[in-house]
Amino acid sequence: MRIVLVGVSHHQAPVELRERAALDRDQAAELARRLTGESGEAVCLSTCNRTELYIADESAEDAERRAETALLALEAELGPALYRLGDEAAALHLFRVAAGLDSMVPGEGEILGQVRAAYDAGATGPILDRLFRQALHAGRKARVETAIGESPASVSSAAAALAEQVFGDLRGRKVLVVGAGKMGDHAARNLVSRGAEIAWIANRTTDRAVELAARFGSAAVPLERMGEQLAAADVVISSTSAPGWTLDRALVSDALPARKGRPLFFIDLAVPRDLDPGIHELDGCYLYDIDDLQAVVAETLAGRRREAERAEAIVAEEAERFREWQASLDVVPAIASLRARADEIRAAELQRAKLNDSERRAAESVTTAVLNKLLHLPTIRMKEAAAAADGVIYAEAVRHLFGLEDER
Amino acid sequence: MAELLFWLALLAYGEAALAYVGEARHPGRAGRLATWGVRIGWLVQTALLAVQAARADGFPWSTWAASLNLFVWLVVGAYLIWGCQVRFRLLGLAVLPLAAVLFALAHAGGGTSVHGHSRYSSLFLVLHVGLVLLAFAGFTVAAGLSALYLWQERRLKRREATILSVRAPALARLDELSARTIAVALPALTLGIAVGIARLRDRGGGVDALMAVTVVTWAVYSSYLVLRVGTGLRGRRAAYLLLAGFVLVAVVRLALPVTHFA
Repeated sequence: MRIVLVGVSHHQAPVELRERAALDRDQAAELARRLTGESGEAVCLSTCNRTELYIADESAEDAERRAETALLALEAELGPALYRLGDEAAALHLFRVAAGLDSMVPGEGEILGQVRAAYDAGATGPILDRLFRQALHAGRKARVETAIGESPASVSSAAAALAEQVFGDLRGRKVLVVGAGKMGDHAARNLVSRGAEIAWIANRTTDRAVELAARFGSAAVPLERMGEQLAAADVVISSTSAPGWTLDRALVSDALPARKGRPLFFIDLAVPRDLDPGIHELDGCYLYDIDDLQAVVAETLAGRRREAERAEAIVAEEAERFREWQASLDVVPAIASLRARADEIRAAELQRAKLNDSERRAAESVTTAVLNKLLHLPTIRMKEAAAAADGVIYAEAVRHLFGLEDER
Repeated sequence: MAELLFWLALLAYGEAALAYVGEARHPGRAGRLATWGVRIGWLVQTALLAVQAARADGFPWSTWAASLNLFVWLVVGAYLIWGCQVRFRLLGLAVLPLAAVLFALAHAGGGTSVHGHSRYSSLFLVLHVGLVLLAFAGFTVAAGLSALYLWQERRLKRREATILSVRAPALARLDELSARTIAVALPALTLGIAVGIARLRDRGGGVDALMAVTVVTWAVYSSYLVLRVGTGLRGRRAAYLLLAGFVLVAVVRLALPVTHFA
C-alpha cells in the first residue's frame, strides 16, 4: 500500500482560492468515502489554511489522479497551487501539520483538533489509521516537550497572559470593559476563557452597552460613572473611538486608597489611545497599550520559532518511526506465509502421531512453543531488515528457502 | 559518615544552584534537574542532621556554625514547600546559591561535624534557638519572594517585550506567599524571643547587641503585618519593607552572633 497526499495550503494559494476548496466536516467525510476506491483508505483534512487529501492505495498513480480530480472539481484554478507528496514525505508533512509547524502561526493549537476531526470523519484502514494516530501523538509530543504552543500569538491573548502575570489565577477577577468595539470584545472573551468575570460594560451609547452586558451577564454603566467601578475592578479594557482620555491619572489615583494596595491592570486597545499613560506611573497600576501588546506578541512569536526547531526534531523522529513501521509491512505477507506453513506442518505431523487426548494436548503445547521460539528471531530480523530497506530481499529469500512462492 | 553526607548535600545544592542558572537562560530540563538537586540535597542534609542528633550529647547545633547548618536546612525546607512548582523555579536562583554558600560556611566553621558535647543543656535554649532559626528561615524565604516580586514588577513597569518568555510567579501570588510566610515566621520569632527573655530573667545577664537588633527585626516584621491588615500595605512598598527586615536578619545571623555566643 502506498500513501499519497495531494493538497493546497496557505503557502501556495491565496485565501480567495483556498476558500473555494474549503469543506465542512460532512463534505470532507463524503469526499473521503468517495476517494477510497475499491480497497483504499482516504482522509480529507480541510481547514481555513489548507485542504489536503490523504489516500492509501495499492496504486499511487491512481490515488493521485483521483485526489487531483476531486480537488480540481472544487476549484479548477487550483492546479498550479497543488502539491503532491508520497509515503515518507506525506507522513512527515502530516506530522508537521499536526505539530503546528506548517501553520501561519507556529504551534497554533487549533490544528491538532482539526487533524483529529479529519481522522474521525475519514475512511481509514490500517495504514491511514496508524498514520493519523501517530500524527496526533507527534503533535501532542511537540507541544508537551517544547514551548511552541505556550506563549500567546494574538494581542488579546497577550493581554490576558499579562493579566495573569499580575494576578495569577484570573478566576473571580472583575473586569471593566470600556467601549463596545470588536477588539475589546475579543480581549474580554479571552479573559473570560481564563476564568475572569466581565462585571461592568461602559459605553457611550447605552443600548450597545446593555446588549453587550446581557451577553456577558454583567452590568451596563454610563461612561461618565465608570470611575466608581475602579475601586472593585481588577482589569480595565478600553477600546473606544473617543478622541480624549476615557480614564485619566487623577481619576484612577482617587480610586486607589479604596483598593487597599490591590493591583489594577489596564489594557488600552484604542487608537488614538483611551487611557492616560500617566496611570502606569501609579503604584500598583500597570497599563499596556496596543504597541506594548504587539511588541510582546512579536517576541513570543520569535520564541515560538525558536521552539519550532526543537519540535522539528521530534516530528522527524516520529516520521522515521512511521517509515520503519510502513517498511515492515513489506515483509508481513512473507512472515504470515512462513508461520502458516510451519503451523500446517506441525498440525499434519501431530495428526499422524498416535496419541491419546492428554498426550495430544501436551504435544500441541510443546510443538507450538518450539515453533514460536524458532520463528521469533527470523520474524524480528525480517522486520529490522525491512526498516533498513532490505526487507524485500529477505522476504524473497524466505519464500525461496521455505517454498512459499505459490502462496503470494 | 557526616563528612560524606555533607559533601553529598553540598554537591546536590551546588548542582541545583547551577541548574537554576541554566533554567533562567533556557527553561526546561535544567529546571527539573534543579528541583531534584534541591530534593536530594535536602534529604541528604536531613540525614546529616539525624546523624549529628544521634551522636551528640544534647542539642547538637549549639555553636554558631552548627546553627547555620540547621538554618540552611530550614530555609531549603521552607522553599521546598512550593518552590518546586514550575513558576517558582526562579526563586531557587535566589535561595539555592545562598543555601550552598551558607552550608559551606557552616562546614568551614565545624558546624557539620559530629560533637559529643553540647553547650546547650536546657530545653529552654533548644526551644529558643530552634524557634528563632525557624523564624529566620521564613524571613529569608520571604526576602527571596520579595526580591522576585520587585524583579517581576520592574519588568511589568518597563513593559519588557520578553515578559512572557520567562516563567515567573504572578505578583499577587508572590505578595500573598510573602505575607503567609511572615504570618508563620513572626509567631515563631515571638515565642523564641519570649523563651530567651524568660531564661535571661532566670539566669540574669544584660542585653547584648544581638538581642537588641533581634527585637528591632521583630518590630519591622510586626509592623509589616499590622500595616498589611490595617492599611492594605501590599506590592512594592511591602516588598521593600520585607527586604529591610531581611538585612537585619542577615546582621543578626552573620555579624553579631559572636557577642551572643560569648
